[in-house]
Amino acid sequence: MTTQTDSKAKPSRLMAIWRAASIPLAAVILALLVGAVILLISGANPIAAYSALAKGAFGSTAAFGRTLEKATPLILGGLAVAFAFKGGLFNIGGQGQLLFGAIVAAGVGFGIDGLPFIIHMPLALLMGSLAGALYGAIPGALKTYTGAREVITTIMLNFIAINFTDWLADGPWKDEGIVARTPAIAEAAAIPTWGNIPAGFFLAILAAVATWYLLYRTTTGYEIRTVGLNSNAAKYAGIKVSYTVILTMAISGFLAGMGGAIETLGVVGRYQPGFNAGLGFDGITIALLARTNPLGVVPAALLVGAMQAGSSQMQFDAHVPFQIIDVIQALILFFVSADMIVRWIVRVQPEEGEQVTLSTSWG
Amino acid sequence: MDKTNRPIVLEAKGLTKRFPGVLANDNINLKLHQGEILALLGENGAGKSTLMNMLYGLYTPTEGEIWIKGEKVELSNPGEAIDRGVGMVHQHFQLVPPMTVAENVMLGSEITSGGGRLNMRQAIRNVRELSEQYGLAVDPTAVIEDLPVGTQQRVEIIKALYRHADILILDEPTAVLTPQEANELFRIMRDLTAQNVSIIFITHKLKEVLAVADRIGVLRSGQMVGTAMPEDSTETSLAEMMVGRNVILRVEKSASKPGQPVLQIQNLHVHDDRGHAAVEGVDLEVFAGEILGIAGVEGNGQRELVEALTGLRHIDAGKIRIDGQDTTHFSPRQITELGVAHIPEDREKHGLVMPYTLSDNMVLNRYFKAPYAKGLIMHHDKIDENGKVLVKEYDVRPPNVHALAQNLSGGNKQKVIVAREFSSPTKLLVAAQPTRGIDVGSIEFIHKEIVAQRDHGVAVLVVSAELDEVLGLADRVAVMFDGRVVKILPIAEATRERVGLLMAGSDA
Repeated sequence: MTTQTDSKAKPSRLMAIWRAASIPLAAVILALLVGAVILLISGANPIAAYSALAKGAFGSTAAFGRTLEKATPLILGGLAVAFAFKGGLFNIGGQGQLLFGAIVAAGVGFGIDGLPFIIHMPLALLMGSLAGALYGAIPGALKTYTGAREVITTIMLNFIAINFTDWLADGPWKDEGIVARTPAIAEAAAIPTWGNIPAGFFLAILAAVATWYLLYRTTTGYEIRTVGLNSNAAKYAGIKVSYTVILTMAISGFLAGMGGAIETLGVVGRYQPGFNAGLGFDGITIALLARTNPLGVVPAALLVGAMQAGSSQMQFDAHVPFQIIDVIQALILFFVSADMIVRWIVRVQPEEGEQVTLSTSWG
Repeated sequence: MDKTNRPIVLEAKGLTKRFPGVLANDNINLKLHQGEILALLGENGAGKSTLMNMLYGLYTPTEGEIWIKGEKVELSNPGEAIDRGVGMVHQHFQLVPPMTVAENVMLGSEITSGGGRLNMRQAIRNVRELSEQYGLAVDPTAVIEDLPVGTQQRVEIIKALYRHADILILDEPTAVLTPQEANELFRIMRDLTAQNVSIIFITHKLKEVLAVADRIGVLRSGQMVGTAMPEDSTETSLAEMMVGRNVILRVEKSASKPGQPVLQIQNLHVHDDRGHAAVEGVDLEVFAGEILGIAGVEGNGQRELVEALTGLRHIDAGKIRIDGQDTTHFSPRQITELGVAHIPEDREKHGLVMPYTLSDNMVLNRYFKAPYAKGLIMHHDKIDENGKVLVKEYDVRPPNVHALAQNLSGGNKQKVIVAREFSSPTKLLVAAQPTRGIDVGSIEFIHKEIVAQRDHGVAVLVVSAELDEVLGLADRVAVMFDGRVVKILPIAEATRERVGLLMAGSDA
């Protein structure tokens, strides 16, 4: 883990980036190769399918805009999971936190009228993010005060969030008409799209940089990482471990909630049940593909976003069901997690101190 | 006794083991004769474990041959070593605590009476026979976790004998024993060799080597640097072979000049992780400018005492005052800030963050203070500067502040902790097992630093399971047994024998 800035160490820093990226890259290539075999078996032409996929993701500014749009919540969901990982926690509750962020942002978006954009949009975004933070802090507090594992409680809280938001959108906050959804947000609350380029994407990039800075340049980040790597040493060093665990989960939830809020304010324009399904879970794939590095989350999310953006083009041009994208995504996750297989295939020696250990949270 | 005219039961010829970038064993030749106790001396990292792991089939040699009882063997797993009569007793026992002695002994080679049903009666009988034959008193029906450590070790030896081992490898067997228990083990070892069992005894304790070995082999940096006979050796000559230079085994210090009391403990009660009472009414005082050593077999409340007074463990009853302040319910941070330095017992568990750089580890107790941080923002250039100064001053190797702590040897890891803890203003130093498992050179260095702290007027509390360390460092010796301080002796009255008896619970 290189946390120091040392301008004369540039070549070795490039080497470090290359070493860190080599396994995920190899995993993606292997996943695409295995995906190609599956396409062949199902009677499709993998080259045609993949080129349609690429066209759908990058073929035009509209396509590229769609990729950025898809990547935006993935970046934030990935950051949420990666951040919690650095604190030694496995946040599987990104989905629930994201839903709370989405519906609270919608509530602030449609519930208030007459505010100028400069206040309304940031307010809706902040309230959505804070809703995610609060919802993330719950499993943190449960872990601290009762010892309940966050892996279990975050999964449970996902169900509560799904059903609670569904009920809000089909009950108290229901729009007129038969569709279960909230009213549309006020124009002043909307995150704009410049041409085809969604502004929310830049907010996500900003969040990635801020997350990195928080982790590696602040005392809070040092405390979070210390707790994550060795909570005994953290306690010995005088760090309040219980407080840090709750804070880590809250920040993780903040990031996921922000993903939901941007999706509401920048893409959907209201809260609509089912629209965000699975976004929070994709965060786990992204975080692992990025090897839990906050900056690595951006390219990882772009890759998955591109695949999702291009999948309908692929279905249309090459007559390949879009579910193949889920298969490839699962294969990527498989190869990243089972990195010893990849190392064996591409002959990369394991580097010390950079392993992502999934098992720590399971205790 | 010279047993070199007896048949050779185990021989290593030119054994070499190479790991990426490391030559762990370099062309090692070793002979073990029937009924012989061969002591293998060496510092941590000298290659003792690598050598033993090759002889036990855990590692495959890069080069060289292993001969067992006149036969060249290729051991690819421990099972093959066991089949040839090699048994190993690891430093950390491989026993299942909730199971009985007999169950543990037969584990992996269970006796069944048809249809997979265990024949416990037969197993118990077998264990009883073995324990009588070799004088290893142990009750086959006792549950392991209820047994003292010395007895658990006997179970490990019986386990090996049960598998028909006649070549025993004992890895640091005395590390967890009282001097009396160690003497009992030596008696068992001699009984075993009288019945033609051959023993390789790995240790770094020089006294023990001279007491029990028939022959001594010394390893240094992966090479067998020589063999010696105990009758021709002294502790000093062996230490020099081990380290490769002159070493001072005795801690050189002047008489202490105690000042005001810095640490005052009154009627302290603390429980352990399982909720059992671990410290039951301890009263202690440590004065400025003196070293109070706490002797005792591990597990008699020392760990809980240290954790309680550094704020890491909840205090059930009693009072602790540090430098006049009541710190009974202080947090670890508050206690550190009073000027308490703490060398923790388990350096990898508490003292260091393994995947952190040396720089980051060296500010673990002060990362939040200027100049290392201003407000929330950390200043890595200042953190690196601090690291560079300390690495140089404390001779940490490699001298690279960006190296990860996990890549350092035990002695250097300990030096990182010592450097960090000694470089803050200190009134009270709590050092738990300060030199456990590290090389002689580092021990010498750390002992000197501890004495230097004392001479600067720091009150020092040293807790060690190594009796020699306590006797060498302390100005006063407190002996802990069963959660209590059973006696406090001035160093002049603290003889090995007297303290050893007190450690075993007999009030001499």
